[in-house]
Amino acid sequence: MISLGSVLRDLTRPDPGAERLVPPTGTGAWLTIFSAGVMAFLAVFALALSLAAGRLADRWSDALARTSTIRISAEAAQVQAQVDAVMAVLQSTPGIADARPLSDEEERALLAPWFGADLPLDTLPIPKLVEITEGGDGYDPEGLRQRLAAEAPGATLDDHARWRQPLAAAASRLRLLGWGSLILILATTGAVITLAANASLAANAPVLRVLRQIGAQDGYIARAFVRRFTLRTLGGSATGVLVALVAIWLTPSAQAAEGFLTGLGFTGAGWLLPWLLPPLCGAVAFAATRAAAFRKLAEMP
Amino acid sequence: MTGMLSKAGAVASQQGNRVIAFDNVAYSYGGAELLSGVTLALQPGSFHFLTGPSGAGKSTFLKLCHGELLATQGTVTLFDRDIRGVNRDGLARMRRRVGMVEQDCRFLDHLPVATNVTLPLSVTGREADPQDLSDLLHWVGLTRHAGALPPQLSGGERQRAALARAIIMSPDLLLADEPTGNLDWDMSLRLLTLLVELNRMGKTILIATHDLHLIRAAKTQVNARVLRIRAGRLELAGADL
Ligand SMILES: Nc1ncnc2c1ncn2[C@@H]1O[C@H](COP(=O)(O)OP(=O)(O)OP(=O)(O)O)[C@@H](O)[C@H]1O
Ligand SMILES: [Mg+2]
Repeated sequence: MISLGSVLRDLTRPDPGAERLVPPTGTGAWLTIFSAGVMAFLAVFALALSLAAGRLADRWSDALARTSTIRISAEAAQVQAQVDAVMAVLQSTPGIADARPLSDEEERALLAPWFGADLPLDTLPIPKLVEITEGGDGYDPEGLRQRLAAEAPGATLDDHARWRQPLAAAASRLRLLGWGSLILILATTGAVITLAANASLAANAPVLRVLRQIGAQDGYIARAFVRRFTLRTLGGSATGVLVALVAIWLTPSAQAAEGFLTGLGFTGAGWLLPWLLPPLCGAVAFAATRAAAFRKLAEMP
Repeated sequence: MTGMLSKAGAVASQQGNRVIAFDNVAYSYGGAELLSGVTLALQPGSFHFLTGPSGAGKSTFLKLCHGELLATQGTVTLFDRDIRGVNRDGLARMRRRVGMVEQDCRFLDHLPVATNVTLPLSVTGREADPQDLSDLLHWVGLTRHAGALPPQLSGGERQRAALARAIIMSPDLLLADEPTGNLDWDMSLRLLTLLVELNRMGKTILIATHDLHLIRAAKTQVNARVLRIRAGRLELAGADL
């Protein structure tokens, strides 16, 4: 078994001995670094997508779903009576933490974006709104609807869930896609490194044969390749992460618009999360190269 | 030179009673059997030549000794261990006690000759004593080429570099495949002196060669025996030379 300590020692200790055994390669090295960089760059976006989708899903399914509204449309004279009836019903409904009719001011503020600030609420047949905040496990919307129909015929329960549910589900699915992409990107990194390592091992087969013949053990020979590919991958992916973070940081914030893009950046300590990618890619490269080297060496007596 | 060799000389006495043993060994590359019914034991400190016509299987025999080929029948024992039963790391460790000069000497072409010569030490984490290295290179006549890359060497220079690499870690057993194939007579004698000197320190020597002059010259200096491969069989050819 290989211990983490010995792996880290191998990577950090300057070891020209083992490494110079393998002739330096020109373009191969840059292609590996470039691929690792691109993969890390894409992985940062996949990560950002997952986190954003996660935040969106949480917000839609949790925070927003905790409130709903009851709309009361009635003759002006009957509005107050209906509001009272609705409030009475709500008072005796389990799972409701708070309920309160919106004031005219609040309704005006809600409608202002569409109809302008000086809306004559009294002269227009605008429905009265009651805002409900759920508590505990929430209420049973069907039961409440039936009771409202009996007590206050002008009242309609709008529990948002009807249109919010698919959105929350879509956001969850998006989060899953993000994580799936992340895993695929890491797997592709492993595949690319394996291809590069195989090419390098094949090109250096005569070197491996000589080393085997003079008594070098497989682990020693593999180390030269493993060290090289792991360091290249670490360097490439660190660069990729840096570039991706700068790109995200420079993306104009859509915070105010409350749109989908709101969450695509990282927040707070989230900016540190992508830095897990270089060591992760490095670990993938380490394992892939080591496996490839031992496979190649097994062909040699 | 002698300083380096005598330092390691003491180790030789620790080995078992047979350096190499073949027990009814057969080998084929897939077609007909190239070697068959080979039984042989090389005692520590012995000096053997291996002869036979081209294509008889001399190189094949040496590769069987070194574990590069596995016998298709019978057992090959190196340092009292069945080669077939040794894992890869174990085989690598055993090879550190064997100096091998191949017929087609191969090197790491991107590293200078001196580095190639000390490679057997480097891969075990040791460093060559600079004085020993320079003595060794001087003895094989490669001082001038220490910094050259292997592809820049002549055939004979490659052979000498391969021999230097094979003996740098003072192996208990030296296997050499036509080590004087490309050398002039003076240089051949010089290398022979080196091999005889190694043998006097207790190293076991096995040399495949066509060079009857070399065999005769050796016989005046050491008690060398001659093995011959004929029609797939290994036989002792002592008196007729
Ligand atoms: N890898 C291989 N695959 C198939 N046949 C081989 C292989 N290597 C050698 N042979 C055959 O085995 C036979 C013996 O080869 P080997 O190299 O052992 O001969 P040799 O006695 O060393 O000859 P030489 O004196 O010319 O070096 C030859 O006929 C050769 O063609
Ligand atoms: Mg041969």
